Amino acid sequence: MPNARGATVEFRDVTKQYADQVAVDGLSFTVPAGKICILVGPSGSGKTTSLKMVNRLIEPTSGAILIDGTDVLQEDPVQLRRRIGYVIQQVGLFPHQTIEENVGTVPRLLGWPKDRIRSRSIELLALVGLDPKRYAARYPAQLSGGERQRAGVARALAADPPVMLMDEPFGAVDPIVRDRLQAELLRIQRDQGTTVLFVTHDIDEAIRLGDRIAIMKDGKLVQYAPPGELLAHPANEFVAQFVGSDRGLKRLGLLTAGGADLDSGIERAGVDPRAPELKASTTLRDALALMLERGVQQAPVVDDNDGRYLGVLTLAKISKMLGSQA
Amino acid sequence: MTEGEPLIRWDWIGSHLDEIGFRLLQHVELTAIAVTVGFIIAFVLSLLILRIPRIEGPVTWVTGTLYTIPSLALFALLIPYTGLTLLSAEIGLVSYTLLILIRNIVRGIRDVPADVIEAATGMGYDNSDRFWRVEVPLATAVIIAGVRVATISTIGLVTVTALIGQGGFGFLILIGIQRFFSTELIVGAVCSVSLAIFADAMLVLLQRRLTPWTRVAG
Ligand SMILES: Nc1ncnc2c1ncn2[C@@H]1O[C@H](COP(=O)(O)OP(=O)(O)OP(=O)(O)O)[C@@H](O)[C@H]1O
Ligand SMILES: [Mg+2]
Repeated sequence: MPNARGATVEFRDVTKQYADQVAVDGLSFTVPAGKICILVGPSGSGKTTSLKMVNRLIEPTSGAILIDGTDVLQEDPVQLRRRIGYVIQQVGLFPHQTIEENVGTVPRLLGWPKDRIRSRSIELLALVGLDPKRYAARYPAQLSGGERQRAGVARALAADPPVMLMDEPFGAVDPIVRDRLQAELLRIQRDQGTTVLFVTHDIDEAIRLGDRIAIMKDGKLVQYAPPGELLAHPANEFVAQFVGSDRGLKRLGLLTAGGADLDSGIERAGVDPRAPELKASTTLRDALALMLERGVQQAPVVDDNDGRYLGVLTLAKISKMLGSQA
Repeated sequence: MTEGEPLIRWDWIGSHLDEIGFRLLQHVELTAIAVTVGFIIAFVLSLLILRIPRIEGPVTWVTGTLYTIPSLALFALLIPYTGLTLLSAEIGLVSYTLLILIRNIVRGIRDVPADVIEAATGMGYDNSDRFWRVEVPLATAVIIAGVRVATISTIGLVTVTALIGQGGFGFLILIGIQRFFSTELIVGAVCSVSLAIFADAMLVLLQRRLTPWTRVAG
């Protein structure tokens, strides 16, 4: 059953005060079990600090962080960290260990038997798309940046942690590889039901991956909402600017043709023959692009699986959905 | 050197192989003890420096000062206390290894990338596990580089300890000089240099064995 393994993570009025500044200021929010929460915000807004307080690499000045209701400050930090997957921005693979040994790190620390560590490492390498035959025995220096980031993700997943912390894990790769890694992360996360706290600078990445997005500024939480709501109702000017002036289009990227209000009064045969046939899973953003490209006002939508005709999507409907936002 | 005497008398070498073998063992023994003991002391001092950085200055000052004392003078200073003994020789030899060994051990550990340390801590290594399983292995190449320099210079210095009766190949050199016998002198010098080259090559091999990951890049 998915979501069985994730844990709830709750920030309760968490503050981190340094001598000359407040890095995190009264942060409160809850990430439900098995969900991905994305922390975004400008540089210095306290994202990394927030993440590191979860696995106690940084201790909060006040407030509490609870994992499934237990305050992390009451746990032994070493034991706590072995239960929390951690991917740091610079990846931080161990240069002196093979990829397989790297991936087996936490299981080894937990004292798993050797053959179980081995089979788990091999399984995870395959899971992140690194062919174990080719990569298991290599050293990190023999991998590309993108491959290293995958290995870093595999390493963080090794002991089935209920919580994963990921600090800009896909920062160093080109857009195409990043796309693939994002898709892989989503697939793995759904599979394993892990709760993920994920830091990024990239609002598009946040919208793509997030079940919830936490927008931070100067150590404070500005808005905490699912991506659709964030795009439809930015809490203030800062959020609106941060998500971009094209937030309407971005929001269309989250909606699908199948989920739109289709006009089923029109016969399939009656639709403009130049119109592209859309699958129900096509995003409205892609649908809009296709329709503009062909110069049509409407397009038929069919079921992904059996190709059954569902109705017609019209430009007017898309435009109305854009207009329906605040 | 006596008139008409060849620079090298090969027959002398042939008839003194036992003697040369004995000096070789002595040379190796003096060097091995000095580098091993020096390494242990240097490692302990390095651990202290890494834990309490403010003692780095004083430790460097003391070991640096030891390093600058001319070797002959150091041995002469020791004789009133420890005599013409192995102990005198080793005290001197060990003190010369400390500066370079401490410098490399401390640098090797400090050079371990911060992201690797953070990843190790974040994944649940405790401090001592992290030190022995992550930091020390990653510092190995730099540490062995220090051991190589210490070993080569110790092998050179052992020839000087002949003056206090503990010489290895230095003994051959010393006798060669005293008797104006070039063969013995040359044999002592060549053997000492060869031993240094050989020991260095062995340490390079050891380093490659211990740090296979340093050879794969590129
Ligand atoms: N050890 C420290 N001492 C003092 N100030 C610190 C310390 N660590 C972080 N800060 C400050 O706290 C603030 C938040 O830092 P943090 O690393 O959490 O930012 P961030 O949101 O992750 O930024 P970026 O996107 O650039 O990674 C910054 O202004 C930073 O200068
Ligand atoms: Mg950061």
